Amino acid sequence: MSLVKAQGLSKTYRAGDVEVQAVKNADFVIEPASFVAFVGPSGSGKSTLLNMIGCLDHPTSGTLTVLDTDISTLDRRASAHFRGRNIGFIFQDFNLVPVLTAYENIEYPLIMVQQWPLEKRREQVTRLLKAVGMEAQADKRPDQLSGGQKQRVAVARALVSNAKLVLADEPTANLDRDTAYRIIALMKKMRDEFGTTFVFSTHDPKIMSEAETTFTLEDGRVVSTTDKREATHV
Amino acid sequence: MFDVFKIAGRNLSRYRRRTVLTLLLIIIGMVAVLLFMSVTGSFKDMMVGQITDSVLGHLEVHRKGYVASIDNLPLNLNLKPQAVAKIEEALKQIDAVQTYSPRVKFGGMFSNFVETTSIRINGVDPERETATVPLLPGRIVEGRKDGPLVAKGEIVIPVLLARGMKVKVGDTAVVVATNRDGSVNGKTFVIRGVTEGISGPGGRDGYIHIDDARELLRMKEAEVSEIAIRLKNPALLDKTEARLQQALEGQVNGKPMLEVHTWADLSPFANLARMIDMMTVFIKVVLVSIVLVSVMNVMVMAVYERIREIGTIAAIGTPPGRILSLFLSEGLLLGVIGTALGTLVSLGVIYALNIWKVHFAFGQQQDLVLAPQIGVVQVATIAAMVVGVAVLASLQPAWKASRLDPSEALRHV
Repeated sequence: MSLVKAQGLSKTYRAGDVEVQAVKNADFVIEPASFVAFVGPSGSGKSTLLNMIGCLDHPTSGTLTVLDTDISTLDRRASAHFRGRNIGFIFQDFNLVPVLTAYENIEYPLIMVQQWPLEKRREQVTRLLKAVGMEAQADKRPDQLSGGQKQRVAVARALVSNAKLVLADEPTANLDRDTAYRIIALMKKMRDEFGTTFVFSTHDPKIMSEAETTFTLEDGRVVSTTDKREATHV
Repeated sequence: MFDVFKIAGRNLSRYRRRTVLTLLLIIIGMVAVLLFMSVTGSFKDMMVGQITDSVLGHLEVHRKGYVASIDNLPLNLNLKPQAVAKIEEALKQIDAVQTYSPRVKFGGMFSNFVETTSIRINGVDPERETATVPLLPGRIVEGRKDGPLVAKGEIVIPVLLARGMKVKVGDTAVVVATNRDGSVNGKTFVIRGVTEGISGPGGRDGYIHIDDARELLRMKEAEVSEIAIRLKNPALLDKTEARLQQALEGQVNGKPMLEVHTWADLSPFANLARMIDMMTVFIKVVLVSIVLVSVMNVMVMAVYERIREIGTIAAIGTPPGRILSLFLSEGLLLGVIGTALGTLVSLGVIYALNIWKVHFAFGQQQDLVLAPQIGVVQVATIAAMVVGVAVLASLQPAWKASRLDPSEALRHV
């Protein structure tokens, strides 16, 4: 059973008077608990694809099913609800809330989205802090953390709501090579520990080799699929 | 909700200088309004108190047409004993009435045997007059303040007249008046006291005993020019006026025979009081504008500068309503903190002004002491207004934040 399934997926948007077809007729399937990379040069449509999988954007044509939900049927409020319940995000620029500590950043979705009770929140955040190795930095604000530490906090935040799918748009682009590998290793470890599917985008060939399944994009089209686990290609 | 407030508070502290400046604007605005209200309100209350408690009383009853010609103090429009009895009967039926005082008012000539000048005189029953306008004895600046206000054969004159005519307490003077038939009569009085003049009608009148006034005017029956009324609670003024008016409804040739007037109908200070009220409204409008513009400015900037952050919190699934409440909370906190500090500073300044005792002059009155006071209801009203406007000012930016498209917001540079 697939976690994400795209058929004939296209996305066109307007940039001024010009129509840009960012994704063209893409077909792919992502299995549960897999570690997937969308790779390709800048402008190849990676971010647009991740945005559609993450219900941040709607396809222009084709179908996209995430966790058995046709995301084109979701309105703004339902999309937010769906994301809050099922999807975690990791961003290239970390996107942590600057006024909150590492602990509070991880706790944030549980307050603003899930509204968990305090004791349950404390238990879950502590578990995640431990899992990403950030217990000692729990009380530090983002401006007191290194890039790698910020991304660890972001990984924990993405997982804190027990997301089934984590989408990471160029999660290592702002990190040095060693730190980038450590973050990818951490994501893999989290996948193993929590059974969460990780989908990330990258244009770094060495980072992409860490993925078990790789979809290569060129000019908005999925031009090849590499599956180290013998994943299905539709 | 507490967590949302906590995050809102942190966001405000993030742009400390901007937040402090906005709070300062709110505080200055609040202090200006509360101080203006307390000073003008106290001044108004003091002046109204003086007018009602030392000259006019809260209400006055006259014969129809008397007030229209009050500058002439017309003797032919005095109340006859039957009308006085009817009024007294009505007053006894109204609980709100504390006491009342009949007066005979007339214009005459005051002579010190060397010079003569005009004078307006109130013939009063000293005990009833003092009960109706209890601050009147306090206005006596020379002579005895204790005992009855004035006894038969005595006169209390205004200070300007005493100075102009060079007379003092204990001197003898003659008052000459023309009665309603046109014949002139004079009577000798001993000056018992000198009163300070105050602004408004009756503020520079002399006082003699009502029996002396009737004797001087050769009245055949106990006529009265007006009846001044003191209420137990001045807040019931309009209600009591209406009730008295109803009780005294009597028609002569299809026209009402008696008229009831409030102090505000008779004193020009009422216009000044109305102007003060109007200025207070304008000052409140200025405060609302200050709060509206400053909070809106901060919130618009906050949304603009945090578009990516809004995109992030929207992407992780924060519902639009919660994003709205986050930004509204920031506006609310600005309002609440500004209001709390503004109230504290205002109360401090008002307290200091009461300790300092600021003296001022108003018209003929010198050395008045400013005693600004502000009521809980007034403070609560202004506070609620500021907090409400702060939330209102945050509404548009908060709405905009909640409607941002997360994918576009995340792309924002």
